[in-house]
Amino acid sequence: MIDNNYISQAIQEQFGEAVRSIELSYDMLDIVLEKEVIHDAILWLKDHKVMQFNFLTSLCGMNYPDRKNEEMSVVYHLHSLTNNIRIRLHCFFSEKEPKVKTVTDIFAAANWMERETYDFFGIQFDGHPDLRRILNLDDMQYFPLLKKYPLEDATRTDKEDKYFGRS
Amino acid sequence: MFCSPAVVGLSVHRKKRSLEVGITLNIPKGLTLVDTPEMIKGEGYGLTKLEKVVGLARANSIWPLPFATSCCGIEFMATMASTYDLGRFGAERLSFSPRQADLLMVMGTIAKKMGPILRQVYIQMAEPKWVIAVGACASSGGIFDTYSVLQGIDKVIPVDVYVPGCPPPPEAILDGILKIQELIKNESFRRRQSPEYKALLESYGIQ
Repeated sequence: MIDNNYISQAIQEQFGEAVRSIELSYDMLDIVLEKEVIHDAILWLKDHKVMQFNFLTSLCGMNYPDRKNEEMSVVYHLHSLTNNIRIRLHCFFSEKEPKVKTVTDIFAAANWMERETYDFFGIQFDGHPDLRRILNLDDMQYFPLLKKYPLEDATRTDKEDKYFGRS
Repeated sequence: MFCSPAVVGLSVHRKKRSLEVGITLNIPKGLTLVDTPEMIKGEGYGLTKLEKVVGLARANSIWPLPFATSCCGIEFMATMASTYDLGRFGAERLSFSPRQADLLMVMGTIAKKMGPILRQVYIQMAEPKWVIAVGACASSGGIFDTYSVLQGIDKVIPVDVYVPGCPPPPEAILDGILKIQELIKNESFRRRQSPEYKALLESYGIQ
């Protein structure tokens, strides 16, 4: 059986400089990689003879407006069904060029998750077969989960701020 | 709601007629009575307006189309079931085709993506048609003051009655239905041809 030490050592040996940090939070490895290697890392983890991270549990975007030049992030949750162990991978990049390589060629399940991430954060996935909105209206003009947009409906006409504690 | 003045009015009439047919009814002292209805002053026949008769028939045989998208729909299920029983008001026959329905009951949060679908359902309904917005979400967007939720269905279709509540109890839904019945009973034959009604539909871009 493998454990977190084994995984972190293996990743550090394989990707060296491209590993920005490895942390343990709530017994789960949290690995930050450069965005250039994230695709290869996921492929390598999946094909690795021992680790076999063969299940993509989740993929989502994040927005940190205060982090200069790395405002955007994509998070990947991987699960090794054979070893019953999970890890979390991150990569950060600038909101000026919100682009990252798709992982749909590794996990078909990433298709809708990447569409959702694009829909809400405007992150472009290079090589995605069909990158269009999935949950919001097709003609929506903005990416609603970016922190710069208010959560409330901007088109509302009948709700006054003072009645909702927002004045 | 069941001791309506009309029933009392009818018993007055019977007492008056008792002079002729020999039946007497006991009316408690101190009870305020309404005037005898106009249509039963004559001998053995009644006069009323066709509009009123049609309105009475329509009001007591509503075919509702339940457009239930969330928890208000659960309250509606209770409204239909035995304890509250919408069937008492002649509206137990639900129509799941908009073309046969008289009353569109919108119960629940309507996402902006659902808006065009709701509109299409409304357009498919035959005249005369009525709309009831059940609950805070259908009426105003409710707590979902957010980018994805329609801030009240009256943004896309005209609404006759709004039922407040989150969710409204079955009693409130019944009250809304009774309000709709009053509207139906008192609706003029010419309302749907009137310029006001056409202007209303046009303001929603319908027709």
